[in-house]
Amino acid sequence: MKIIPFVLSAICTVGLVIVLNSQLKTGSGKTPRLGYFLSPQHGFWQNAESVHKNYNDDIKLEGLAGKVEVYLDDRLVPHIYADEDNDAYYVQGYLHAKFRLWQMEFQTHVAGGRLSEIVGEDRVSTDQYFRRLGMVYGAERSEAFVAANHPEMKTAIDAYAKGVNAYIKSLKPEEIPFEYKLLNYKPEAWTAHKTYLFQMFMAYDLTGRSAATDLRMTNARNYFGYNDFDKLYTNAQDSLDPIIPRGTGFAPPTLTPKTPLDIDSAYLHKKNLISTAIAPIIPNKGNGSNNWVVAGTKTASGRPILCNDPHLGLNLPSLWYEVQISTPTHQTYGASFPGSPAVIIGFNDSIAWGVTNAGRDVLDFYDMKFRDSTLQEYWYNGAWVKAGQRIERIKVKGKPDQVERIALTVFGPVMYDHQYKNTSSGGKILAIKWTAHDSSSSFPTIYQLNHANNYNDYLNAISLWKSPGQNFAFASKTGDIAIKQQSNFIARWQRQGDFIMPGIDSSYAWQSYIPTEENPMIKNPERGFVSSANQKVTDETYPYYLGAANNFPVYRGVIINRKLAAMQQIQPIHMQQLQMYNHNVFAEMAIPVLLKQVDNTKLNPDEMKYMGMLKNWNLMNDYHENGATVFNEIWDSLEAVVWSDEFANAKMPLEWPEENTLLESMLRDSNCIFVDDIRTQNKKETLADAVLAAIRKATPVLLKAEQSSQLNWGAFKDTKVSHLLKIPALSRLHLPIGGSEHAINATTQIHGPSWRMVVQMTDQIEAYGVYPGGQSGHPGSKYYDDFVNYWAEGKYYRLLFLNLKDAPTHKRIKWLISFTKA
Amino acid sequence: MKTIASIVLTALLAFVFGLFTQLPWWCFAISSFIVALAIQQSPLKSFLSGFASVWILWVALALFKDIANQHILSTKVAQILPLGGSYLVLILVTGLVGGLVSGFAALTASYIRIK
Repeated sequence: MKIIPFVLSAICTVGLVIVLNSQLKTGSGKTPRLGYFLSPQHGFWQNAESVHKNYNDDIKLEGLAGKVEVYLDDRLVPHIYADEDNDAYYVQGYLHAKFRLWQMEFQTHVAGGRLSEIVGEDRVSTDQYFRRLGMVYGAERSEAFVAANHPEMKTAIDAYAKGVNAYIKSLKPEEIPFEYKLLNYKPEAWTAHKTYLFQMFMAYDLTGRSAATDLRMTNARNYFGYNDFDKLYTNAQDSLDPIIPRGTGFAPPTLTPKTPLDIDSAYLHKKNLISTAIAPIIPNKGNGSNNWVVAGTKTASGRPILCNDPHLGLNLPSLWYEVQISTPTHQTYGASFPGSPAVIIGFNDSIAWGVTNAGRDVLDFYDMKFRDSTLQEYWYNGAWVKAGQRIERIKVKGKPDQVERIALTVFGPVMYDHQYKNTSSGGKILAIKWTAHDSSSSFPTIYQLNHANNYNDYLNAISLWKSPGQNFAFASKTGDIAIKQQSNFIARWQRQGDFIMPGIDSSYAWQSYIPTEENPMIKNPERGFVSSANQKVTDETYPYYLGAANNFPVYRGVIINRKLAAMQQIQPIHMQQLQMYNHNVFAEMAIPVLLKQVDNTKLNPDEMKYMGMLKNWNLMNDYHENGATVFNEIWDSLEAVVWSDEFANAKMPLEWPEENTLLESMLRDSNCIFVDDIRTQNKKETLADAVLAAIRKATPVLLKAEQSSQLNWGAFKDTKVSHLLKIPALSRLHLPIGGSEHAINATTQIHGPSWRMVVQMTDQIEAYGVYPGGQSGHPGSKYYDDFVNYWAEGKYYRLLFLNLKDAPTHKRIKWLISFTKA
Repeated sequence: MKTIASIVLTALLAFVFGLFTQLPWWCFAISSFIVALAIQQSPLKSFLSGFASVWILWVALALFKDIANQHILSTKVAQILPLGGSYLVLILVTGLVGGLVSGFAALTASYIRIK
């Protein structure tokens, strides 16, 4: 035996195995365990699915009551036929896990503040943020509420969880999804609690912006003083075309919220600089949507057509998963959330429904006074009150746990305190009050909508909906159309909750919720359609304060209503085209007032050229339009020119004023007050000066874009659908699609119509849909992103809504998975 | 003859070990070691046989998966790792990783019976 070479090569062998079995540090993160990852029998090669994969299967599972048949169509959409509802949800859970397990777990890990468990200490701040926001707290309360009040829902969610776990249990080690192998961890058991965490995730996505804006608006009020603040962040919207048509008229309010007596001194005019901390993840401002329904009087078929396109972050795997669920109690098709049972947006054989975000403010902060830093007692209504305490333990990969001790007040959990703050928060103790923490749940509504037969069922179903605020559009085969804004909304006094409120007594507390019957709604209106696009729900005659205007985009609603009012003899194809319509109403209003200010003699040839493009632009944010890019750059530059002097000395993050605020002040008066550059003492700048400065600022950017062939709007905007881990190779980049936040096709760079649906309520329902993803969440599947091109081109799939007797022989049905009781 | 027997046996055992996916991925190092101990060759030949056997096995298994998948996943992984997006390079690297571990295990074994 040769000892030395033996020892050396033994060391080499063991060393090599150790290195290849470890995650190596790289610049931006860590590698997978390369030996494991590359091993063809263990690693990622096992996730390379055959493009001819046969999905037929015969699966025996414990916990099923009867037999369930699942027919998969050519787009991998499952059509589930079960003898009872809970079996259907069981199998829905199984299928969600089969195709979307990693995503389901990852999203609920984000919501529950558990990212650091997977990726380590880099994400502790995100976890802290979500824990302190009360995401787990809200999920627990929701879960307890459902258990106590809706036992049938609890059974459904439990059945769903069992289905997910049945799949997880069936997984062999080499079959775990790709991302687990990449990040080096394993799936854990699913729980019903995670379904509630996902519900909180959506509540945060749709209403959580206030957690950032309330603080920034408070900064802005402190910085500008209330009077200037109220001009810069006005709640007036001249161009508003509300969801409920103007002049509808509302019953006198049954509640009159009492405005605190000290509001001027203690709330609006406060000059002392306080708070701000900024959220690590702020929900996208464009988290809105379109929905509308045209009545039979306006359609070629004589039956209503319902349309919905929720605008959310564009991600892979997609937020949505199409499914048909058929049981003796209902037959429903639509988009579901991996992580939740039933269909979220869709139709059944009697009705269809769609949702958009209401945008109303349902989250506030209260400035609390605690006795000392132990946060055990706080001052409330003239006495020291004992605070509750909640422990949130954040596990961190490779490090000790991080423990958050959160005081609980009469308002809600203390989000910011002496421990959790940022450099500018000054250690203020801020309690958070949020409807998502109320004991309620969205599932009873969803469940009942899935089963609804008519208008009354719809109304009863949505009356149970408490959070987040949504505009529920409705259509039935019998010809009814309706829309109602529904949630628990706070009966607020003017400006209540737009800023941090004093928390030392109950005078600033929420006094009550607006009764559901007084939430704005309209049924079968004269004009023959209902619509919503996140704008303010009503005009000024509605007797309750709707909240700060910064959550209510104006322009999409204007163009939708204009187009729908003009259309007749509508067919589904027209509705598809309307969902893809790129006309920019904001530009339509802004360009004339801009051009009026331009003195051509002051422009150089490049500037002239771009102004020419602007003049000749057809106002469409289409992919190939250069004018759209020119407008976008000039407008952004104008905002920078007009606001930057006012904002220059702000030490803290402020919310930028709304686009419509500047435009509407220009439309009212060309000497609008903030045009003067306050940094030039002897000169009074006019709007014309500001526009000229904006053109000069924009021109170099436009020249640069033109030189790199990126002047056309689509290339300039550069829409992408990103993998949840932001890995470019798993994402779809540079998509050929137009759109704008002001157009009905609200596609921006990373955000847009996440599910487009058009449903005609004929006897045989005619439905179309598409989303930018694919039914499989596996990057190794050909079904991972196969809808993306179609989506970008504005094409739709005819949705297959099948009776069981037709399923086995239908030409678009490819596979059958049978589930039977073990 | 010895070399071919060694290569075939090493690859076969590595494949069989690999079927038990609850075991660690590197278990074939043990079988490569045992084969090299049983079939005595010079250190160089042992290394090369060990390397070649698992290289061939891993490349073949990867190719099998990759062709059926029409390179969908390998092209993505070859961008993540990063290997310029080339599935061919990725397959070769896959073979290299398995081959090296096997080769060194065999080399180690070859020194035991050598005089």
